[in-house]
Amino acid sequence: MSTQLPIAEGLFTWPSENPALLGSRCQSCGIADFPVKKSCMACGSEDVTTEELPRRGKLWTWTIQGFMPKRPYKSDETMETFRPYGVGYVELPGAICVESRLVENTPEQLKIGMEMELVVDTFRHDEDGNEVVSFAFKAV
Amino acid sequence: MDVAIVGIGIHPFGRTPERTGLQQGAYAARLALKDAGVEWKDMQFGFGGSASAGSADALVNELGLTGLPFINVANGCATGGSSLLSAYNAIKSGEYDIGLVSGFDKHDRGAFNADPKELGIGEWYGETGMMMTTQFFAMKIQRYMDMYNISKDTLAKVAEKAFINGSKNPNAWRRDPIALEEIANALMISDPLTKYMFCAPGEGGVGLVLCRADKAKQYNDNPIYLKGAAFRSRRYGSFEVFAPSQALEQVDGPTVDASKAAFEMAGVGPKDIDVLQLQDTESGAEIMHMAENGFCEHGEQEQLINSGATQINGSMPINTDGGCLANGEPIGATGLRQVYETCLQLRHQAGDHQVPNEPQLGYTHVYGAPGISAVTVLQR
Repeated sequence: MSTQLPIAEGLFTWPSENPALLGSRCQSCGIADFPVKKSCMACGSEDVTTEELPRRGKLWTWTIQGFMPKRPYKSDETMETFRPYGVGYVELPGAICVESRLVENTPEQLKIGMEMELVVDTFRHDEDGNEVVSFAFKAV
Repeated sequence: MDVAIVGIGIHPFGRTPERTGLQQGAYAARLALKDAGVEWKDMQFGFGGSASAGSADALVNELGLTGLPFINVANGCATGGSSLLSAYNAIKSGEYDIGLVSGFDKHDRGAFNADPKELGIGEWYGETGMMMTTQFFAMKIQRYMDMYNISKDTLAKVAEKAFINGSKNPNAWRRDPIALEEIANALMISDPLTKYMFCAPGEGGVGLVLCRADKAKQYNDNPIYLKGAAFRSRRYGSFEVFAPSQALEQVDGPTVDASKAAFEMAGVGPKDIDVLQLQDTESGAEIMHMAENGFCEHGEQEQLINSGATQINGSMPINTDGGCLANGEPIGATGLRQVYETCLQLRHQAGDHQVPNEPQLGYTHVYGAPGISAVTVLQR
């Protein structure tokens, strides 16, 4: 049984039955940010706290990545096995718009305004065979 | 102190394996000096930039070690605009009378692959395939088309115009028109943008000689005056490239702010401009930048483009040299290419791509990562 490791520490709650993205919230102006930062990108205040972001939101915009990117892209794929992937911004109510890979990857499946929810799943394997998990959004 | 451009030079854009980027910059600088009837030793300062072709200040090794102060400028795709603004301020302050602005570059084939660390973003952002400028542009126009009811045909028409204009410009990289259907049906890079709707990293160089306006006629019978020049970075709430997240409430981007500032300095408005160059990293950018720079309302673009307004013979000629789509984008040179082209137009020396009726006022706009814009207003 291989171990599941998050692609980066502090990006989302992990391990978790019900994972959520982690953001920061400025205690001075109230603005949320993702990923967690040490200062507020709106006002520069360093008085920020970490909170779990909403797991559901609306698709704000999207595209589909049609070719395999060069490095720093790092997946298990080869040029032969690469499959186009969806990318979008999801509007999380009361918080922020988060950029994410999307489970859907054809134009027919995607529409601005549609309901999306967070999933955390294996993205690639590392050198030791561990599963590296990352976040994505999928249509509800 | 007002500022004039008295010498312009360009090295053809495209791929030039026999010359380094630095040599292309020197080639363009020599042409600009010749155009102004001056020598390198007459230059009191230099500002220049290159993203991938070495340090611009190494130009002194090519042009001569005269001891002048030469400062490297690096501001992404707005590098050229930033070099020009630096030179403008250096002369306007009264510190210098005359100097050189240079921009050149030489990039590898294929899309730029940025490093997240340089922008303070975690490596996961690049590893998961989200750090792509192409995706940002696609997502920005995708939402814009949804909001303002703009069709995919209009995206193809912008690219079609670029290649027609490029075919009339001997210094352009892409010199052949491409049929509308071929553009629309080409390989989809990032929905809704096909491969012919994106510019490609390339090579090229531009040099400009700037001087005090009251001395301009000593150097050139046809000086072009810099009436406005402004540079802005993004404010909180504008939708920009390389942003893992963005605000729920949107505000105007840096282009809107830079444009307003440059028009205010120049004391003219968008309706007064006779010829304009707008950052067209891809087809959608030209459409959105028409409105962001104040040349129309959001949503009016489709009708304007369909009416032919943005063509060389139209009422609002845009990217008359073929823009980034036909010239490619050597980062350090691209903003200065726009200024070179606008000077040609205002001198009425643009040949086959000349805008008719002797244009008097021109406009240039560059936009780059991570959310910066530089704008100029130029007058004959």
